[in-house]
Amino acid sequence: MTFTRLLSVAAISLGLVASAHAAGGSEKHPHPPEGGWTFEGPLGEFDQGALQRGYQVYTTVCASCHSMKLLSYRNLGEKGGPFYSPDYPANQNPLVKAIAAENEILGGLDDFGDPLYRAATPADRFKSPYPNDVAARAANGGALPPDFSALVKARPGGASYIYSLLSGYPDDPEYDGIFEFPGTFEAAADGHGDGEHGDEAHADGDKHELHGKLEQPLGQYYNPYMPGDVTPQWQGDPRHVPPGGFLAMPPVLIEGIVDYMDGTPATVDQMAADVATFLAWASEPKQGNRKSAGLKVIAFLTVFAVLLWLSYHQIWRNVEH
Amino acid sequence: MSDHQSTYNPQTGFEKWLDARLPIIRLGYDSFVGFPTPKNLNYWYTFGGILAVCLATQILTGVVLAMHYTATVDQAFASVERIMRDVPYGWLLRYIHAVGASMFFLAVYVHMFRGLYYGSYKEPREVLWILGCVIFLLMMATAFLGYMLPWGQMSLHGANVIVGLFGAIPIVGDALKTWLLGGPAIGNQTLQRFFSLHYLLPFMIAGVVILHIWALHVPGNNNPTGVEVKDVKKDTVPFHPYYTVKDGFAIVVFLIIFAAFVFYAPNVLGHADNYIEANPLVTPAHIVPEWYLLPFYAILRAITFDLGPIDAKLLGVIAMFGSIAVLFFLPWLDTSKVKSLRYRPVARQFFFGFVACTLILGWCGASNPDDPLPFMKLGQDRLVVDYVDTNGQPASSLYSEYEEAEAFIGGLPADANASIGIRKGAAIRFIHLAQLMTLYYFAYFLFILPWLGLSERPAREPDSIHKAVLKPADGAKSMPAAVAAE
Repeated sequence: MTFTRLLSVAAISLGLVASAHAAGGSEKHPHPPEGGWTFEGPLGEFDQGALQRGYQVYTTVCASCHSMKLLSYRNLGEKGGPFYSPDYPANQNPLVKAIAAENEILGGLDDFGDPLYRAATPADRFKSPYPNDVAARAANGGALPPDFSALVKARPGGASYIYSLLSGYPDDPEYDGIFEFPGTFEAAADGHGDGEHGDEAHADGDKHELHGKLEQPLGQYYNPYMPGDVTPQWQGDPRHVPPGGFLAMPPVLIEGIVDYMDGTPATVDQMAADVATFLAWASEPKQGNRKSAGLKVIAFLTVFAVLLWLSYHQIWRNVEH
Repeated sequence: MSDHQSTYNPQTGFEKWLDARLPIIRLGYDSFVGFPTPKNLNYWYTFGGILAVCLATQILTGVVLAMHYTATVDQAFASVERIMRDVPYGWLLRYIHAVGASMFFLAVYVHMFRGLYYGSYKEPREVLWILGCVIFLLMMATAFLGYMLPWGQMSLHGANVIVGLFGAIPIVGDALKTWLLGGPAIGNQTLQRFFSLHYLLPFMIAGVVILHIWALHVPGNNNPTGVEVKDVKKDTVPFHPYYTVKDGFAIVVFLIIFAAFVFYAPNVLGHADNYIEANPLVTPAHIVPEWYLLPFYAILRAITFDLGPIDAKLLGVIAMFGSIAVLFFLPWLDTSKVKSLRYRPVARQFFFGFVACTLILGWCGASNPDDPLPFMKLGQDRLVVDYVDTNGQPASSLYSEYEEAEAFIGGLPADANASIGIRKGAAIRFIHLAQLMTLYYFAYFLFILPWLGLSERPAREPDSIHKAVLKPADGAKSMPAAVAAE
């Protein structure tokens, strides 16, 4: 039937477009934690426990460098948020009020025109670790720690990228600034092995084991999931370069660095998954509303379409066409 | 039909009073209720209605978004995020508007391919087609301007690339570029003028749409047979309720697809980099336009050679704009008297080739031009060692194994300054595919259509729409098998 052909053409062209966006990049392909994300898919929802743990990781570890300028404390208590409680509106939530009050912020001017510092309220934005970008760079060896507000939307791979990056640093006990391939660091060499020319290697149908040494520049850390090019630092065959790049952030998640309130053991994997969940929520706090509204809208449109289809056949029943 | 009599019959006193003064109800009635429409229009013909819905959706959501948006470089990015986070149902408005742009283009491309297939651009519908091309051009301009507004990384650097194209024009290029940007580089003034024009152009589109519908209603609809209406009674049905219900059904099915994107994959058609606030000092690794402009982007990049005094950059720009300009001349490039490709078996094959050509161009536009095509790598990459030989002359040698290259470097004296690089193996790359497809794109309009119209022997067209839709059709034998299966 013409109509089904029409739909398939539309589906194919959109599919082509979606796959086209996947092209490019020399880093390892990010992957979700074992068991996947609870919040993916049309019916996916955030696990509030994971959001609370993720927030704890953020405040304990990340917040000393990374701002979240677009979030307000009240967001934490809104529906779908980490500290939502059906008993209180977001700005009355006692937990949210307490979290906000821990931060002293600049709250305008006092009656004499001097800066007024006061405890934050749920209506205030998250306090940033640095007064401005210049200060942030100065404190981080020239690198600007990205703002976390929309980070998951801003990275191909989303939450899986954050999780893979944080849990994907080479774990080398003999670390002395040089990684040897193969051997001391298996994590980067296994899996896809997409080097700079990974796509071409795939086209040949062969897979090269990486042989060589990768030297980390001072103040930079190698991560196979980080977009970039490590060729200048690679001593080995330039056709088969380790995937990934260098970033200024050291592996900050160390087992046990967070003392989870709910008693969950704070493994690197657990913390990476939790904070990625929290950031996925923060990038779009309204995504729960979006998905639940979508179900109603599509159900309505489907019923409407069926009624129109029946009307169409009724109206055209006596017309040869 | 120009010759069709008005069938409006004012009933109430008010209608009669108004009809004698301003016959606006008569105009609406004759255009959208009583308008005689060929009875054999298929679902490909519903995209006109779908596009009207798309335009209305974009204008309505856009007007409300503009109430909350701030067009300054310091606040634009945050204001868009604020719309999504704090404005009641702002996320819905913004996602409908962003996804709506993609849906608008999806529908317009189907609409244009339909026009190409059924010869809807031919006499007496040349002006109708040209107005459609004007709308398409305005749509591309509006989409490009709108993409700047969220002030993400792709907004800024994409705009830089596109406006940079005007810089390729000889003599006036640089002045024109400065005039468009409102200064030597993209800045606050650029964002503000883009916002202003992004608000203006949709209303110009709406104006041309009115002309487009007017130009449609003078000759009346084309139809899948390409045979003009001969007997209004036998060949046509009134637009309402026959086509309001058919278009309505198609619109709602289209809205289901639209809603699936808005609610479940709102960002899949966009680019992640555009959620990073624009920073002129950091250039994204891959600058790509939105999917609907990719085929034209591929044509722009396919031209890598100079032609006489015209350098490759300018030639690329000419090719890209030429690929749109050629559409305006289509009514006179296609020399065939037969409208519908149903009755042109050879031209139909070339048409499907053209559809594939545009999709492949889109694929090329999204890919790195230097990457080899899948399974098209013909030779191995080799290593090339560059060094200074004993006479002080630069020299190089090639190796396929790294160990050999390393051993060679080890044997060189310390002052040889050896460095190791890659010499890429032979391959058929995206750039080659894009060049081939660009050639086909232009050949289709400039050679194939004019030549086929003169040389092809078309199948026999049905005598009338009325006869074509009767089962079993009189012309069944002369119809190609593919059509009979429809």
